Amino acid sequence: MQAQLPGPWSPLLGRLTLDQIPYQVPILQWTFAGVVVIGLAVVFCVLYFRKAGYLWREWLTTVDHKKIGVMYIVVGLVMLFRGFVDGLMMRTQQVLANGPNAPGIMGAQHGFLPPYHFDQVYSAHGTIMILFAATPILTGFQNIVVPLQIGARDMAFPYMNALSLWLTTAGAALVMLSLFVGDFSAAGWVGLIPLTELPFSPGTGVDYWMWAIQISSVGTTLNAINMITTIVEMRAPGMSWFRLPVFSWTTLSSNIIALTAFPVLGVALALLGADRYLGAHFFTAGNGGNLMLYTNLFWIWGHPEVYFLILPVFGILSEVVPTFSEKPLFGYVTMVAATFAIAGISWLVWLHHFFTMGAGPDINGFFSVATMLVGIPTGVKVFNWAFTLYRGRIHFSVPMLWALFGLFLLLAGGLTGMMLALPAINYTVHDSVFLVAHFHCMVLLVVAAAFAGVTYWFPKLFGFKLDEGWGKAFFWVFTLGTVITFAAMFALGFEGETRRLDWTFDPAWKPMLIVEEFGIMLYVVSIVCFVIMLAVSIRDRAKTRLAQPWPTARTLEWLTHTPVPFYNFAVTPQVNMRDELAWRREHGLDQAKPDRYEAIHMPSNSALPVIIGALAGVWGFAMIWRIWWLAGLSLAGIIVCVIIRSFDKNEGYYLQPEEIEAMETNLAIGAIIAEQPDRSHSSIPAEAH
Amino acid sequence: MAEQAAPGAQARLFYPGYAGHSQISGRTLGFWLYMLSDALLFTALFAAYAVLDTPMNAAGGPVASQIVNPIEGFWQTVVILGSVTSYSLGTVAMKSGHRAGLVWGILGAILLAIVFLGFGFGDLAALAAHGAGISRSGYLSAYWVLILTHAVHMVFGILWMLVMLAQIVRLGFNEMVVARLLNLRMFWQFQATVWVCVYVYVYMIGA
Repeated sequence: MQAQLPGPWSPLLGRLTLDQIPYQVPILQWTFAGVVVIGLAVVFCVLYFRKAGYLWREWLTTVDHKKIGVMYIVVGLVMLFRGFVDGLMMRTQQVLANGPNAPGIMGAQHGFLPPYHFDQVYSAHGTIMILFAATPILTGFQNIVVPLQIGARDMAFPYMNALSLWLTTAGAALVMLSLFVGDFSAAGWVGLIPLTELPFSPGTGVDYWMWAIQISSVGTTLNAINMITTIVEMRAPGMSWFRLPVFSWTTLSSNIIALTAFPVLGVALALLGADRYLGAHFFTAGNGGNLMLYTNLFWIWGHPEVYFLILPVFGILSEVVPTFSEKPLFGYVTMVAATFAIAGISWLVWLHHFFTMGAGPDINGFFSVATMLVGIPTGVKVFNWAFTLYRGRIHFSVPMLWALFGLFLLLAGGLTGMMLALPAINYTVHDSVFLVAHFHCMVLLVVAAAFAGVTYWFPKLFGFKLDEGWGKAFFWVFTLGTVITFAAMFALGFEGETRRLDWTFDPAWKPMLIVEEFGIMLYVVSIVCFVIMLAVSIRDRAKTRLAQPWPTARTLEWLTHTPVPFYNFAVTPQVNMRDELAWRREHGLDQAKPDRYEAIHMPSNSALPVIIGALAGVWGFAMIWRIWWLAGLSLAGIIVCVIIRSFDKNEGYYLQPEEIEAMETNLAIGAIIAEQPDRSHSSIPAEAH
Repeated sequence: MAEQAAPGAQARLFYPGYAGHSQISGRTLGFWLYMLSDALLFTALFAAYAVLDTPMNAAGGPVASQIVNPIEGFWQTVVILGSVTSYSLGTVAMKSGHRAGLVWGILGAILLAIVFLGFGFGDLAALAAHGAGISRSGYLSAYWVLILTHAVHMVFGILWMLVMLAQIVRLGFNEMVVARLLNLRMFWQFQATVWVCVYVYVYMIGA
């Protein structure tokens, strides 16, 4: 029942042939060389410093929510860099390929990227930035912070947490693999229909896009289940709902969105898969398909997805702003209500992504009003932050600078969003770069909050602060780059430039395209600043070690030792107030120590999540290239792993009170616990309790 | 301001030996959340079916009334509800620690599930033989994928039951095994509920 394939297919290798490897493309040669060099350098370092065992025991097989969070963020930052390079190529192509006489090199008529390659670049840019950069980074923060904030020792399902991470990583790896084996989708990150159908995209690009998203979104769905259960079930005694820190509230709402939205994306892509693999006619232009069905399904996920990203960002701002204003958050209850209002409305606005479909004034009117409603709770939030700042004792530390810049981006992105919510305006600027500039304000708000979070929570995990001077340099260069690039992009939108142009035909756009290119070059400089900041901070780590990095922090995660030991809290704290730590500090209780310790139950590490993740990656690869035997084998492997796990009697181990006391004493004089005690021989049998 | 309240003499700051949540309640909530996401998946499939259930989307091929047989569907419904009943009676036996009763209940559920799938695959094979396969029209694509997605859920349910049979024999009724058996019961009722929706929505309305 396999769909009619253009090109060869063999039972052993599917569609995979040697000429699918684009070794003749110079850009990819250099990229490949770079990947090989960096990869070998990493492997060499690990082996030279004899860290392979440590890496396997403490990271790859870990079920510790903090380490999983760190790995999420590392994956996200790597993909953020990849997505940025795509952006850099697009900007450079558009400025080089301006006007009818623009020269071309490397096989392109104008600029340096042929149209098909350019199309892949923007498709990859969007897919990566939304699903493989922003999503893992924010998931990482949620993993690190939420259990600490609610006074828990770990997530509700530590093993499934690791599984979510490795599924997301498998998806990201497939996207990266598409650089060197085959090609990536050239049909936009949204999968423009019917361009993604087999007759119009006969290669494996769309398959890479489809399966990479599919695999990673299974990970996101599992993570959502985990997060919701953790917040509902695992709060410390006394942590009533209205004492829950706002970041945990936003995590809860955002993961409710993920849980309900991602299945719809899964269906949209699976039906597309049925079209491409089984010859079905869900979205084909003939034979009874319906194109708008795909577009609707995609955006029924797509718009909630936007708020899935933005709500945790609001949470990070709500943690950073009070800390560096030395004031409690203004309007806590309204903040929570606004969060859930935004989450609720997120389901009612998807059609504003295609007002020009021609649905008629009633439908457009409904979705226009619904979209503008979002502005009300968002406005509540902005005023709450502003009133928190008002008469606060403001510290312009790096996280605070990012948060304040985030507010400006929210204002610019929000107000242009209100403009786009009006169908009359929308018809004029639909698919122009004005729209692109609007949503980049919003996603750069995500990036700004991510860097606020990185600088804010970094010392909690690693025990030393990131260098303030280089952090500020990074901030200012990045900010300047953002303002210059996207102010110019708004202007170009008004000048009529549409999005996704590999050839910017109108010479009148030249000045603003040059301004954009200048802005993106500032981003390059800012990345250098970021790397220097990391290097300098690591070099000077002995000097910047602090027991309490932010003396004005208010929430429970800062009650733990810095860096936080693997068991989080030696004794579960009793929560008495909202902003528990601020309350304890005010009454001189923040240094209080528990008078006794009790045994702590810890989950054991497991190699199965990383194995299942690897098998999922292999399965995706086999599906992409239609190597049926390999797909069947890897799927069977995954099922067998799950069954093996269900027979596993190892239910973790106990830390004894004496051990905890010894570790706590060491921590109090500044020691760092890098590894868990080895308990490989003494796990408790299942029957023991 | 309430936030500024002074700590009383008994202000408790730590809770040594706090037991935390019960693992069973966490697993149960987690499983309900999974079923919620799975229900959303079927919702999207039903929506796609509704959009494509028009003569235009049948593209000259058969429409619902020409391919569904509500009488046979009724017997399928009886069989699948019988399977759920068999499993549920098994868990009643489990309550009294009656291991053989549970094993027989699960075996009955598996048998009836296979009978159901036999009916279903027979239908699909007949459709394919008449040239009404998944690639015939947009409407038939929606029909096939909806039916097959439900069937895949049943296949995984059967696999899960086989694993649980092995665990009952090897591990007995320990806490985790019982938790899995109860989640499996919910899952089995969930997929039967989905089938009832399919029956009403596709078979009864379609006929």
